[in-house]
Amino acid sequence: MYFRKNLIIFINLIAFVCINILFGCSSNSVGDSGSQNTKRSIIRNKGSDTMVNLAQAWAEEFNDLSSTISVEVAGGGSGTGVAALINGTVDIANCSRQIKEKEKQLSLENTGKEPIEYIVGYDALAVYVHKDNPISQVTIGQLAEIYGEDGGITKWKQLDVANSKCKSDKIIRISRQSNSGTFFYFREALLGEHRDFELGSLDLHGSKDVVEVVGRTPCAIGYSGMGYATEHVKMLKVSIDENAPYYAPNLDNVIAKTYPIARPLYMYSLGVPNGAAKEYLDWILSDDGQKIVEKLGFVPLTKN
Amino acid sequence: MRIQPNKATNRPFSETVIELFIRLCGISSILFVFGIFFFVFKEGASFLFNGLNLSEFLSSEEWYPTSLNNKRYGTLALILGTFGVTSLAMLMAVPFGLGAAIFVSEFCSPKLRETFKIVIEFLAAIPSVVWGFIGLTLMNQLIIQVFNAPIGLTMLNGSIMLALMSVPIIVSIAEDSLKAVPDSYREAAEALGATKWQVIYRVLLPAAKNGLLAAVLLGAARSIGETMAVLMATGHSVNIPTSPLSWIRTLTATIAAELGEVARGGEHYQVLFIIGILLFTITFIVNLIADLVIKGIRQG
Repeated sequence: MYFRKNLIIFINLIAFVCINILFGCSSNSVGDSGSQNTKRSIIRNKGSDTMVNLAQAWAEEFNDLSSTISVEVAGGGSGTGVAALINGTVDIANCSRQIKEKEKQLSLENTGKEPIEYIVGYDALAVYVHKDNPISQVTIGQLAEIYGEDGGITKWKQLDVANSKCKSDKIIRISRQSNSGTFFYFREALLGEHRDFELGSLDLHGSKDVVEVVGRTPCAIGYSGMGYATEHVKMLKVSIDENAPYYAPNLDNVIAKTYPIARPLYMYSLGVPNGAAKEYLDWILSDDGQKIVEKLGFVPLTKN
Repeated sequence: MRIQPNKATNRPFSETVIELFIRLCGISSILFVFGIFFFVFKEGASFLFNGLNLSEFLSSEEWYPTSLNNKRYGTLALILGTFGVTSLAMLMAVPFGLGAAIFVSEFCSPKLRETFKIVIEFLAAIPSVVWGFIGLTLMNQLIIQVFNAPIGLTMLNGSIMLALMSVPIIVSIAEDSLKAVPDSYREAAEALGATKWQVIYRVLLPAAKNGLLAAVLLGAARSIGETMAVLMATGHSVNIPTSPLSWIRTLTATIAAELGEVARGGEHYQVLFIIGILLFTITFIVNLIADLVIKGIRQG
């Protein structure tokens, strides 16, 4: 009996794989014959996972626009991108941090070319709470005590907030899995390099999930890209300390560099770009390219 | 006079080919298991024997794989999370699964049985990410309302999802093993004047216990190995579970969440593979116990 059941599953599986292979092949061959007509020059683009969706969106749009250039995008992390740049295996590296002096030197030694930096947009992390939570602003120091290891703030009333919808008054910390770029940046912005987050936060897998869960949880606080806001959550104003003014996460404040939890997103080309890479970077910095930045929830260089 | 077995020359050629093919299938499954184990072990080995503090790995709850200056790899909270969510799931799934199996095999009309089996097998076909999504949205809300909990992404949520996923496995295997009990047993028991309940409790369940145990253990193995649903539904929080409403994190979910973004070959990468070895060991022990129990039942 088991055997018969397993056999049926096995046959189904084989059939499924066969169908996939068949269809996969046929669609591939169509794609190949299409691209053989026009020989495109290829830009290899790799790096930051924070930026991978953005880079993908740029590449898709650009591949549609251009008949001569094709962009191939891969993630792997900012470090991976820079390493590939140093080895000369990519044309453009995406980086959610600035390149280090040592990496510049390595690149110069290895390839004879220096990485050229382009700021292509900004990433601002908003601090989210449930829409019924009366809190409206928070300082970086308070956030550090909420999220940091052995931090002193665990109840909403310690922030002088009467969060009536949250019966236990306990702050539920929503965070990200411990190696996402967002997690790294938020930890560094709050705690610097010498302190860790307190364990016991809910480490969700994706920027959207954070906002989703905060929107359903009156006790929760969370952080995510400001583009992910929904009507169920509220974004807090943030200041560097109590005496400084509080700023809301919006395009104006990020561009003016007054909102404290925002960072530039970089692209590095190997040497002064020319030809295809130059055309691509110019397009990214143009209004059309920057519109995509805004569409994906990041902050464009200038307000359109 | 003994009859000599026929030599291979008398057998049709196709039979030889089929036998060879089946033999290959059998050997390949062993090869795959060892191949996978070898790969997982190889990836984690150098840090396992050189650098990792094994007692801290198993007894500390501090899981800080990406700390900048004080990396700590303690998996106690993850191990307890896996065990907690699995046992809670089994607590729910085993009575339901075995009950459903008994109902389908002993009380249903043949027509109803076919419908039931199709529906139950359909339940098994729902991808785990869909269960995870149900846990994240629907069950989350429900637990908040019913238990007045601050957040519904809890061990309870995850184990309900796991129970729903392992019930179909338990039902179909348990039902098969109940059906495999010869009808003569039932007839003999009824001829002795046993009621339906007595037949089930005193005759069928003991006769089918190997199969039933296999059903439960396969269900449990499904729960231990499940990743996506628990990743989404349990809150994914490094926490020692103290009640069904604690939010927890499991071993599998940790691998799934972190392996994608970790530098290949680094310490953290290797630790994730060592967690893989740990999971392998746990499953091996569960299977070993199952084998021993079944052997014990046979002899006893």
